Amino acid sequence: MAETIQLEVTRYSPEHDAAPTFQRFEVPYRKDWVVLDALNYIKDKLDGSLSYRWSCRMGICGSCGMMVNGEPKLTCATFLSFYAPDAVRVEPLRYFPVVRDLVVEMTDFMVKLQKVKPWIIRKEEKSIADGEYLQTPQQLDVYKQFSMCINCMLCYAACPVYGLDPLFTGPAAIALAQRYNIDSRDQGAKERMDILSQHEGIWACTFVGECTEVCPKHVDPAGAIQQYKLTAAKEWFKSLLMPWGAK
Amino acid sequence: MTPHEAKGATQYTTYHPRWYRTRVSTYWWLGKWYYLKFVLRELSSIFVAYFVVITLLQIHSLSRGPEAYARFEERMRNPLMIALDAITFLFVLFHTITWFNLAPRAMVVRLGGKRVSEILIAGSNYVAWLVISASVAWFILR
Amino acid sequence: MATDAPKKLLEPFFWTLFSAGGVVAALLMPVHIFLFGLAFPLGWIRDLSHTRALALIEHPLVRIYLFVFCSLPLFHWAHRFRYTLYDGLQIKHLNEVITVFCYGGAIIGTALAGYLLLSLP
Repeated sequence: MAETIQLEVTRYSPEHDAAPTFQRFEVPYRKDWVVLDALNYIKDKLDGSLSYRWSCRMGICGSCGMMVNGEPKLTCATFLSFYAPDAVRVEPLRYFPVVRDLVVEMTDFMVKLQKVKPWIIRKEEKSIADGEYLQTPQQLDVYKQFSMCINCMLCYAACPVYGLDPLFTGPAAIALAQRYNIDSRDQGAKERMDILSQHEGIWACTFVGECTEVCPKHVDPAGAIQQYKLTAAKEWFKSLLMPWGAK
Repeated sequence: MTPHEAKGATQYTTYHPRWYRTRVSTYWWLGKWYYLKFVLRELSSIFVAYFVVITLLQIHSLSRGPEAYARFEERMRNPLMIALDAITFLFVLFHTITWFNLAPRAMVVRLGGKRVSEILIAGSNYVAWLVISASVAWFILR
Repeated sequence: MATDAPKKLLEPFFWTLFSAGGVVAALLMPVHIFLFGLAFPLGWIRDLSHTRALALIEHPLVRIYLFVFCSLPLFHWAHRFRYTLYDGLQIKHLNEVITVFCYGGAIIGTALAGYLLLSLP
């Protein structure tokens, strides 16, 4: 087995480069190393100017998402041994603007996330003296899967619709909206529906399904969007049949 | 100008006066089997529409008498038509399979507080399909 | 904006037609194509005679069945084909033309199916 492995890493400096280029690095190959370990080795030993995001190294923070050999991956959970002895190509997350090297601009996602109001909305807040909002294990089970999202944006990099239509709200934001819609404590479904029933909300999705394939937390955003479409269609027919009932 | 800029996507130039954006290739769906499968799934709808047209032509010929109907049947025996219908059959079968496999993801069924497994829902879809297909065939051929 | 309101209103409606058409096509089309596109023309099974076919289609329920069989799958096609043209070929700027072509086609096909099935003896 080879003792080293080649890494092809995107380099881009907004001050000097018109377009990104690739730089090859040779790093030690160790069976227990993930791609992020190799990037850290480059930064510590070979070229301190390499820029990339990372934090927890254990698939929780969602910072280290990059394209590894063309696939959106958490680099902390992607082993070099999967690709060795071939070279590994590391690029910034697809469809997002590149700020420097492997760092992308993610304001677009943050703005969209906030737009869908991913928090519990109550018509009237209970006072603290009245106690907590209780929930049974069954009620938790309804939305638990969608609450596992770590905002790593791999699903956006997997979504051709987002690439083609930047106004599309996108997988993670819609899945998180759905997570609160079906939470028994929440009463904000109507508010979110107004935002997500627009074309750029749920209707732009064509159920490619790749967002679900790449999700490191098995959230199934594609399923969430189709379930949301079904709810929106039901609401639409309801408001047609009972226009006086619509609030 | 990239499509993102053209469509007035979120403006965030304040902090990053310069960045790089790649354009999505028109052939984005060719590079990966998963994306190609998606496009083939969507294109199956053309064959669905094609067979509706054939059915409409059949009803039309039926209404115009025995000679017209015989001419319709003769045209359906043309090897080119048979080849086209064989391709249509494969594409529509592909539609059926992908549709049944994806349906349980869009429609959540809960029994006794637990989500019914996707395999069970897809399985019952296939059973319904076989029963309905057999009934239709029996009705036509009886 | 005046142009946005009806679009927002119709999206769930057309999606429902798309889904219903998808179900109809998935459940019913394979057996139809197998019989009328392959088994009859290839002589695996003896062809339906004109009288037999006419007798089959006489019942109003069969006509309703055929109307659904033709109409809903056309709306299924309209939805999928529209989005394939948008995303696959990136010709979203032809939005209006594509929408009119797809849904216009589905509506004309539906009307034609209704007319043909009503005018049968």
